[in-house]
Amino acid sequence: MADRSGQKSKRKSRYTADRDVAGAFEGETMTRRGLMTGGALAAGGIASAAFGLPALGFAIGPLFEDQEPDQWQDVGPVSDFNTEAYVPRVINIVAEIGEAGKTTIYVRKALPSDKSPSDKPGVEPLPMVAISTRCAHLGCPVRYIQASQRFVCPCHGGVYDSQGAVAGGPPVRPLDRFYNRVRNGRVEIGDRFSLNSKLDRFKPRDPSNHLDGLWQYLYPSRPTT
Amino acid sequence: MKLPSPPLPKFLRPTPPRPGRDGNGDGNGAEPGRNGGTTTKEPGIAEKAKDVSVEGAAAAVGYVDERTGMSPFLRGFLYRKTPRGNTWFYTLGSATMFAFISQAVTGVFLAMYYEPDPARAYDSASHITNEVFLGEFVRGMHRWGSTVMIILIFLHMGRVFIFGAYKYPREINWVIGVVLLVLTMAMGFTGYLLPFDQRSFWATVVGVNINASGPVMGPYLADFLRGGAEFGQATLSRFYAIHMLLIPGLIAALIGAHLYLVSKLGTTAPPWIKAEKKKLHEEAI
Repeated sequence: MADRSGQKSKRKSRYTADRDVAGAFEGETMTRRGLMTGGALAAGGIASAAFGLPALGFAIGPLFEDQEPDQWQDVGPVSDFNTEAYVPRVINIVAEIGEAGKTTIYVRKALPSDKSPSDKPGVEPLPMVAISTRCAHLGCPVRYIQASQRFVCPCHGGVYDSQGAVAGGPPVRPLDRFYNRVRNGRVEIGDRFSLNSKLDRFKPRDPSNHLDGLWQYLYPSRPTT
Repeated sequence: MKLPSPPLPKFLRPTPPRPGRDGNGDGNGAEPGRNGGTTTKEPGIAEKAKDVSVEGAAAAVGYVDERTGMSPFLRGFLYRKTPRGNTWFYTLGSATMFAFISQAVTGVFLAMYYEPDPARAYDSASHITNEVFLGEFVRGMHRWGSTVMIILIFLHMGRVFIFGAYKYPREINWVIGVVLLVLTMAMGFTGYLLPFDQRSFWATVVGVNINASGPVMGPYLADFLRGGAEFGQATLSRFYAIHMLLIPGLIAALIGAHLYLVSKLGTTAPPWIKAEKKKLHEEAI
């Protein structure tokens, strides 16, 4: 605006009257054109944000919601399970979407030696070891081979020992497990949890997320679960 | 005996002669639909229809052009000069665009039968293949067309790279092209899930978990793609929406920008075409 005045002064005055802006008021520091430009931009920004931010929140909202309700699924009487061999059971990870929401888990009775360091004196140790078949590498379904006592992943060659700890291949942490309890003589399966290489319990993480060493700080847990 | 013929519509009637051309006076004496009062041979109805259609088309084009001013733009776009030595390699970009158009058209029609519901997706996809008339053909075009588009976009990119067509002043067009490549790959990723068979399900599980393996943002990105912590109903709907609404819109807009810059900047000559030495010599002097 000021260059229109034709003045050669190096320092422009902050008052429009001093800059020879037509119709300037005394003490005015912003031209009316500048005010209208800024106002129009601000109004446009507010209008865009008014639909943009709700839409964005709508799309990323599930990150901040605990979508899995706390539910316990019955997988059979305690007498079905033993400490020696894993028994496969099918549970619902996501209800009401058919086959895509189901997954296989391997269940056996917990041994005294299965107590992980997180099973502190106050915390009741889990009665069962319920191992998720979701490979900790990229999420393919692992299978338990009784003869070799290994969990083997068909996709990229991940191998886990009978505790679900990594025995070979690309996985970055042991197989996930599920909380479980015994009610009225029946085994019930609850939420998923993840483990580090010492079999400490952590909040559930995605496959491929490290839980050991410095790496664990690069993979934050969900805000909610 | 001459049978009465139905009256011709006004636009098919012969134009009355201009006054004074054949000494027939003011021309109003010509009887419409008849001989027109001239002695020249009456043109056949086919010729007349042809003339009228040519005139009509010209009039329609003129009508639109007068109101939009399209013709200078179209002349500049369609008759732009190209350097010597154009080869078939220069058609790879257009070929990619037509692959996209084919994908868009077949995709719209596939969407008429497809149901993005985990319990129904596989059934509706096999319904398209096995029961809908030409369903296998249209789905096949979409399925193979996706591969063709990926191949063509890489060939086009290779052509641009090898010919050095990414250099000044076309850097921004190269950047837009790279974004288009990424979006096309994202189309492949999101579209792969939609048949919802074992292969597409597990491929998507692995693909989402590869996203999750990125440090810091990875887990959030994976949750965004899945619409939650676990693969479920939201995942399929979300992939479907991204596949058929979000990315196609972005691709169409960016193809527009890409083409605008192509027409603005022109194409490069192939590297084996040498600049004319004579001219350079003169300029050097």
